[in-house]
Amino acid sequence: MHEASIMQSALDLAIARAGGAHLRNIHRIRLRVGVLSGVAPEALQFAFEALRDGTIAAGARLEIDPGPAACRCRDCGMNFEADDPVVIVCPGCHGMRVRVDSGREMELVELEAS
Amino acid sequence: MCLECGCGEVGRFGVHSLRAPGGHVHAHGPGAHFHVHADGTAHSHPHDHGAPHPHATVTVPIASSILAHNDRLAERNRGFLEAKGVCAINLLSSPGAGKTTLLTRTLDLLPAGMRAAVIVGDLETTRDAERLRRDGVGVVQITTGTACHLDAEMVARGIGELDLDGTRLLFIENVGNLVCPASFDLGEKVRVVLFPVTEGEDKPLKYPPVFKLADLVIVTKTDIAEAAGFDREPALANLRSVAPQAQVIELSARSGAGIDAWIAFLQQRAGT
Repeated sequence: MHEASIMQSALDLAIARAGGAHLRNIHRIRLRVGVLSGVAPEALQFAFEALRDGTIAAGARLEIDPGPAACRCRDCGMNFEADDPVVIVCPGCHGMRVRVDSGREMELVELEAS
Repeated sequence: MCLECGCGEVGRFGVHSLRAPGGHVHAHGPGAHFHVHADGTAHSHPHDHGAPHPHATVTVPIASSILAHNDRLAERNRGFLEAKGVCAINLLSSPGAGKTTLLTRTLDLLPAGMRAAVIVGDLETTRDAERLRRDGVGVVQITTGTACHLDAEMVARGIGELDLDGTRLLFIENVGNLVCPASFDLGEKVRVVLFPVTEGEDKPLKYPPVFKLADLVIVTKTDIAEAAGFDREPALANLRSVAPQAQVIELSARSGAGIDAWIAFLQQRAGT
């Protein structure tokens, strides 16, 4: 996935929100990245370290929470969490007609600033 | 830079319109008159207090979705194409899988009255565009230079070179690559992945991202399946396990076998 572009967007959003709240230094940025989003958290960290220089987030810490893949089997109705992002199989009936309700999101959850 | 493989500077790319004889080339990229910037410029708020005082640390809940720059541009393309009633189809595959051959055959077989246009991406040359060129079909070649995938900005520029009035189908032939293009939304309505019989039964398992995002997988070159030693049942099973969401059509662009199903798919998606 294109982590640098995603991190840039997240950083722009965080900076804009901090500015809107009249905050001058961002200490912490918390993201939620779904496990099915295809985004690698390490690559986000790497991009963050490069992109934050010269911004009000230059000294900030980046926290990334994994977003679980909540799924529902269309055949037997079982709700489960997918562990394998590639092949998603219902643990109840082993069917593959599965509705993915979460796990693809990328979200700026909160920021801490002063 | 492509974050997938670190290739090239995705900066300068060429847009070649093949409407006029000989075509004309626009160079695009940094320094060109049109450049899209990410939204949101930060402003710091000046404090006018005389004496410095510590600022309290606050936690600001946000809960906003992050849309990468390319996704934003892709949504713009999507909105434009939907408004114009154009069904855009992003064709992805490894190099040499037969996208151009399939497209050439498709353009031959589309019913009269079903106007089509093509944007084709390669690193270099306008050869694909020249093969596809014919009366009544607008063709634009994007030469990416070093970029290994088409992105939404390139497609937007290509769209700008086409007269899409009355166009039902816009085929976007992506750069031959089974990895990077998967990550780049172009604003298409339909994603089609070509899986030729020459690439082996394990292919879908080896390249999950591109297959997982396919609306349709076309198993191509079926006319040489036997010569290629293609094991059809495991291939289809692998495809089903990685991409249960995808429709599957098996065809040969060369022999024409199975191509009716593809034309019917296009008609259905274009809304005729």
